[in-house]
Amino acid sequence: MFRQASRFLMNRSSAATMRWRRPFSTEPPVETAVDSKFFDAWKQTIPNIDPPKTPSAFMKPRPPTPSTIPSKLTVNLALPYNSLVSAKEVDMIIVPATTGQMGVLPGHVATIAELKPGVLSVHDGNEVTKYFLSSGFAFIHANSVADIIAVEATPLDQIDPTLVQKGLAEFTQKLSSASSDEEKAEAQIGVDVHSALNAALTA
Amino acid sequence: MASLGRGDSPAPLISPQPINPHRSSISPAEDQAFLGVRSISTQIVRNRMKSVRNIQKITKAMKMVAASKLRAIQTRAENSRGLWQPFTALLGDTPSVDVKKNVIVTISSDKGLCGGINSTSVKISRALHKLNSGPDKESKYVVLGEKAKAQLLRDSKKDIELCLTELQKNPLNYTQVSVIADDVLKNVEYDALRIVFNKFQSVVSFLPTTATVLSPEVVEREAESGGGKLGELDNYEIEGGETKSEVLQNLTEFQFSCVMFNAVLENACSEQGARMSAMDSSSRNAGDMLDRLTLTYNRTRQASITTELIEIISGASALEG
Repeated sequence: MFRQASRFLMNRSSAATMRWRRPFSTEPPVETAVDSKFFDAWKQTIPNIDPPKTPSAFMKPRPPTPSTIPSKLTVNLALPYNSLVSAKEVDMIIVPATTGQMGVLPGHVATIAELKPGVLSVHDGNEVTKYFLSSGFAFIHANSVADIIAVEATPLDQIDPTLVQKGLAEFTQKLSSASSDEEKAEAQIGVDVHSALNAALTA
Repeated sequence: MASLGRGDSPAPLISPQPINPHRSSISPAEDQAFLGVRSISTQIVRNRMKSVRNIQKITKAMKMVAASKLRAIQTRAENSRGLWQPFTALLGDTPSVDVKKNVIVTISSDKGLCGGINSTSVKISRALHKLNSGPDKESKYVVLGEKAKAQLLRDSKKDIELCLTELQKNPLNYTQVSVIADDVLKNVEYDALRIVFNKFQSVVSFLPTTATVLSPEVVEREAESGGGKLGELDNYEIEGGETKSEVLQNLTEFQFSCVMFNAVLENACSEQGARMSAMDSSSRNAGDMLDRLTLTYNRTRQASITTELIEIISGASALEG
């Protein structure tokens, strides 16, 4: 029982002792004004239980908007299974927004872009990396940080052109023979994705 | 079950009847009276030792299984952490938002023997419910997992909107979680969704966390009223979609599924970690108990040998003298 006492004592820590517990961590615990409002309200109504943590406590704070346009764009590409690109400094990216291919340079105006299936290309100096994205979102912040969140992303060289053609034919056929709205929508999505894949491979 | 420190817990599992073909099923107490004080309790103690040893083996095996499952799922949970960060960077973290319809999504495990994490989640959910109920505010529950369902059904039955169990039958993947998120968004009216889960910090530390996802109307309202991250939302240009509200709706739905995916993975990790430490302390307790029982067994055995010797010697001296 005494062996576990130290563990219980350690677990019962507030944010202040969290700072003490990780003296070598360079991440400051972020407690914005909104968080303290939540913690205060919690402490008033429920004094016996420690308040739960919130996601901002686990995130590194983002850099503030610089006064001059920075030279490089910081890119994060996040997928459910992996972050393919995290905090990479590049010159330019081209995202497949629903309104068309959108180029983003450092100092771009803050934007929220909905993405359609297409190719994301990351330009860093002379090297260009291309990924095929299923749809998602892209946020470009004022501090030249671009976050791209997609459900699937594969490098273009891992896509098989014959399978793409087969899939396109299959979904076009399904679209023409679809009866209910749902089937039509599914077949339309399949056709969109496959034609985008096709365009990406042939371009 | 993890607290095998109390001496009598394994007792109900063993029957005190010795499985000895030569004896009929006489209880050991009658047995002693019948044959004299010879076989005093060594059989009982031996049976207890056998069952405690079995329990120790089982809990050790469960710990190994939990450790291997933890390894597998930990990498996936850590990889999914990049998914929710862009949303928090854009929309900020607003747990203190004041809305009419709160929905508390409690994530728990289906299987037990995992320490106190499910009770912690339920405690925090109840506390959030209390915090967010008032004259014109209400909170409802959406429960994922058997354990929280059992606990919340006891006193908050009318507030539970949706119950989902057996999430981990197939390995967790994004498609499954997005279907669940779709279900919740379609069937439950909400202004703010508060997801309660245990975040996996390390093998021995699990932090109860609550992540807040707002509905598109509330996002617009908070953006207009200004303050914090959401106040800066108007500075962002919207590309794609006809109207801002359409894009915001897609955005919040996508945010919900991404945050849920991370939450479910983190909770699964915490479950395996908690089970590992619960089973570890259980096997350690079983080991301690076994040591104590061994001492008792030896003492009893020696006492009975001594008694026999005394009988023989006193019998012999009675014959001589």
